[in-house]
Amino acid sequence: MISIKNVKKAFGKKKVLNGLDLDIPQGETLVIMGRSGCGKSVLLKIIAGLLPVDSGEVWINGTEISHLSKNNLNQIRRKIGMLFQSAALFDSMSVAENVAFMLDQHTKMSKQEMRKIVDEKLALVDLDGAQELRPAELSGGMRKRVGLARALAFNPDIILYDEPTTGLDPVTCTEINELIRGLHEKLEVTSIVVTHDMHSAFSVATLMVMLHEGKQAAYGTPEALINDEDPTLQQFILFGAPDQILNIDNPTLKEFTGRNVS
Amino acid sequence: MQNSPTEPDSSSGLTYIVKNRLHNTLTGIGDASRLIAETIIQIFRPPWQFDLLLKQLLLIGYNSLSVVLVSGFFTGMVLGVQGYIQLKPYAVEGSVAQFVSVSVVTELGPMITAFVLSGRIGASITAELSTMKVTEQIDALEVMGTNPVKYLVVPRFLACSLMLPTLTIFSTFAGIFGGYVAVVTLFDFNGDFFILQVQHHMVTRYVIISLIKATTFGMAIASVGCYKGFSISSAGGAEGVGTATTGSAVTSLISILVLDFVLGATLK
Repeated sequence: MISIKNVKKAFGKKKVLNGLDLDIPQGETLVIMGRSGCGKSVLLKIIAGLLPVDSGEVWINGTEISHLSKNNLNQIRRKIGMLFQSAALFDSMSVAENVAFMLDQHTKMSKQEMRKIVDEKLALVDLDGAQELRPAELSGGMRKRVGLARALAFNPDIILYDEPTTGLDPVTCTEINELIRGLHEKLEVTSIVVTHDMHSAFSVATLMVMLHEGKQAAYGTPEALINDEDPTLQQFILFGAPDQILNIDNPTLKEFTGRNVS
Repeated sequence: MQNSPTEPDSSSGLTYIVKNRLHNTLTGIGDASRLIAETIIQIFRPPWQFDLLLKQLLLIGYNSLSVVLVSGFFTGMVLGVQGYIQLKPYAVEGSVAQFVSVSVVTELGPMITAFVLSGRIGASITAELSTMKVTEQIDALEVMGTNPVKYLVVPRFLACSLMLPTLTIFSTFAGIFGGYVAVVTLFDFNGDFFILQVQHHMVTRYVIISLIKATTFGMAIASVGCYKGFSISSAGGAEGVGTATTGSAVTSLISILVLDFVLGATLK
């Protein structure tokens, strides 16, 4: 369970999060939506402990992390995997070394044991046989998969995805969405996905939240949000969501579109 | 309230710019000091990753050896030629070996080595770390529970601190040899006398001063290189990497000159 309580974060005079409250129950896949600059990635980095909060509390599995020492925070981080927007693979290492990085740094496993886990995680993201490739030799979709395999290497309880489908072609996007959904079903982890891609959002979400002006503008299941009559939310969903999931009976949506969504 | 630099009142605009620059400089010094302090703390904290240190020692030391030897050799040659020409009118050209050896050991050996490494290694450290920063690799390290200072800065800091004095020894020998070759071949100077003069005037104190300077320069090059690499904004992009790398080379050179003066004045 992750709880964000009255979190405020500003960069200079720009208030990004303005007293945000958010609960993410265990085992759910929460998609965070919102316009550019609304604080989605900042929130993800706060949860990962990469950015300090100005005020408020961040609870992860019963531990308040915003005031933890670096060493204690690192203990919590070992239960968190993160897929970065650019995948953030280490250029100087092979795919196998990237995936094994946490195991190498934080355990005393033998090379054979690590190799076994690396093979297993790469198989999970359909990348068997890519062990010896370098990041420069991978396509965008493969890089994301390796990033995901690396995030999974330490069997995290929580996986954070920062724009997992950005910059990918539609086919690869669909594959990544299926992968996220599949991992959620297989591993029963808590996932938080930041995305602008409404197709991806509705494909993977079990819960959704929309941020607006640094606060929670809407929160609920995808079905609840489609039926929500909040104009900001419907405008946002309208411009990105695939037509087949839009609720044509929603009066706010009808007002915006003036068209027959089918 | 602070004035904007674009406001028509040029004096208050100038004051704002000066205040802003001063604020940025002091903040930079504070941040760099914090990074150095954390680096020193992390050096003594296990686990010690000797493989990372070895990699940096090879990269910084072995790969820089040839350029350091060539630079040292030609610096010594120039010193030999100029020293001989300048001393001859006073009929003290016999002191050219003392002039070359003492200059190379106490000043030019560590200085030339540091200059070469600040351009070659300091700039490359900044380019590598700043690229890692903009591609979120440093964030990835942190998320995976690895301290970036321990993993990235400590091996580079130690390798620079160990390799600068080592390379300075090579550079110094190359410099003295360069001076020897120049005066013996160009001015028919007696080679045996040159060697005797070098042995006579080479005292342990000069060597210790040289090694202290070289170690300090090494620490400065690594600290500046790492600080500039870490201080780039994640959104800096390729332009930010370029600016940070240039800034690193310039700041390293200035730091070396300032430190050389301070150490020269204190280690008289």
